[in-house]
Amino acid sequence: MSKDTGPAPVTHVDLTASFEESGVRDVLRELDEALIGLAPVKSRIRETAALLLVDKARQQMGLATGTPTLHMSFTGNPGTGKTTVALKMADLLHRLGYVRKGHLVTVTRDDLVGQYIGHTAPKTKEVLKKAMGGVLFLDEAYYLYRPENERDYGQEAIEILLQVMENNRDDLVVILAGYPDRMDRFFASNPGFRSRIAHHIEFPDYSDAELLQISETMLAQQSYALDPQARAAMAEYITTRRAQPHFANARSVRNALDRARLRQANRLFNEAKGPIDAATLSTITEADIRASRVFRGGLDVERGPQRTAAA
Amino acid sequence: MKLRQGQFSFLPDLTDDDIRVQAQYAIDNGWAVSVEYTDDPHPRNTYWEMWGHPMFDNRDAAAVVFEVNECRKEHGGKYIRVIAFDASPGWESMRMGFIVNRPAQEPGFRLVRQEGAGRVVRYTIESYAAREPEGARYA
Repeated sequence: MSKDTGPAPVTHVDLTASFEESGVRDVLRELDEALIGLAPVKSRIRETAALLLVDKARQQMGLATGTPTLHMSFTGNPGTGKTTVALKMADLLHRLGYVRKGHLVTVTRDDLVGQYIGHTAPKTKEVLKKAMGGVLFLDEAYYLYRPENERDYGQEAIEILLQVMENNRDDLVVILAGYPDRMDRFFASNPGFRSRIAHHIEFPDYSDAELLQISETMLAQQSYALDPQARAAMAEYITTRRAQPHFANARSVRNALDRARLRQANRLFNEAKGPIDAATLSTITEADIRASRVFRGGLDVERGPQRTAAA
Repeated sequence: MKLRQGQFSFLPDLTDDDIRVQAQYAIDNGWAVSVEYTDDPHPRNTYWEMWGHPMFDNRDAAAVVFEVNECRKEHGGKYIRVIAFDASPGWESMRMGFIVNRPAQEPGFRLVRQEGAGRVVRYTIESYAAREPEGARYA
């Protein structure tokens, strides 16, 4: 990017105007509407957007510093919306002009690390090239680093990743994501990463009320609705499910709803005597939710010898 | 003698930014961009050595510049070009090709005359560089 080719030097910058022009407002509004809860995440993103916008204005006035470091880390429990926010982040960075294309490439350890000596470097570079001009989203980043195996090829991928994060800062933004405790350990053993990542964003767990709201939004998107008793059952389901192992916030809710839809379809099929209307087709009732094994003690009970019908 | 082959060869050498813009044009047209190198500058030498695979899935030309620079590290003393292949029906051929790296010394070509039957003379050209074995042609 050559800065000296511009026309007359700018002396005033209208931040409101550039806020409107860049379409950042739209992204932020979408973020607010599409995502329930996550208040700390939203405020961090708004702060980041403001910072980038001001940086851009400073650049226009010749107060420029280099490209700011945009690499980020998203930490949070499963199902707290890390991937969804990463998509929005890519869009945001694209509209602000910090990445040229704004696509999101999602990878895990398997996509970066090879199986034999000499296999890792080309594989990692291939992925990095695909992500150039966009955002590389590295899910469960800590799997790259396996301290128990000193010949693990993950280390090679880390080195290449660090090198590109430093040298090609204009070309791509890397977002590392994972569960909080393991991410902390990963950063502690790889100080190179911590220092190259400017924005650490933590995703809190959803409250029960937020999860209920999320479940209704999810259903509404597929033109389904809960009747009042089913709503109460769903609230109870969420509280019960949270106490059971492998709870994954919004993802657990989505899976529960998928199974409820399955049961609803089955029920309609068995009960139907004549023509049914659209309202019946799109209503999830209490029975559809109450049939879940979560109300009968969860997964472990189901694995017993006398296995009943699938829940 | 500066080798004049492909696009832009009568212009000053392309900068990395020029390469990026040209490669982006190719990508935006849906052509697969790849990097090739050779140490045989003969104009009829069509098939150069491939530097990695053609970049089918890359949406941004920064990757092309990255590969060109990687190739320069290894083959900086040879010719390197960027080509764009169009796979759409009716084309299935190269749309673009331009040299992005050349040796420091380009000795040029000599004219070879071969006398045939009946005082026929056949002419051909041969690169001075190609007299050396492969790998030893340029410093």
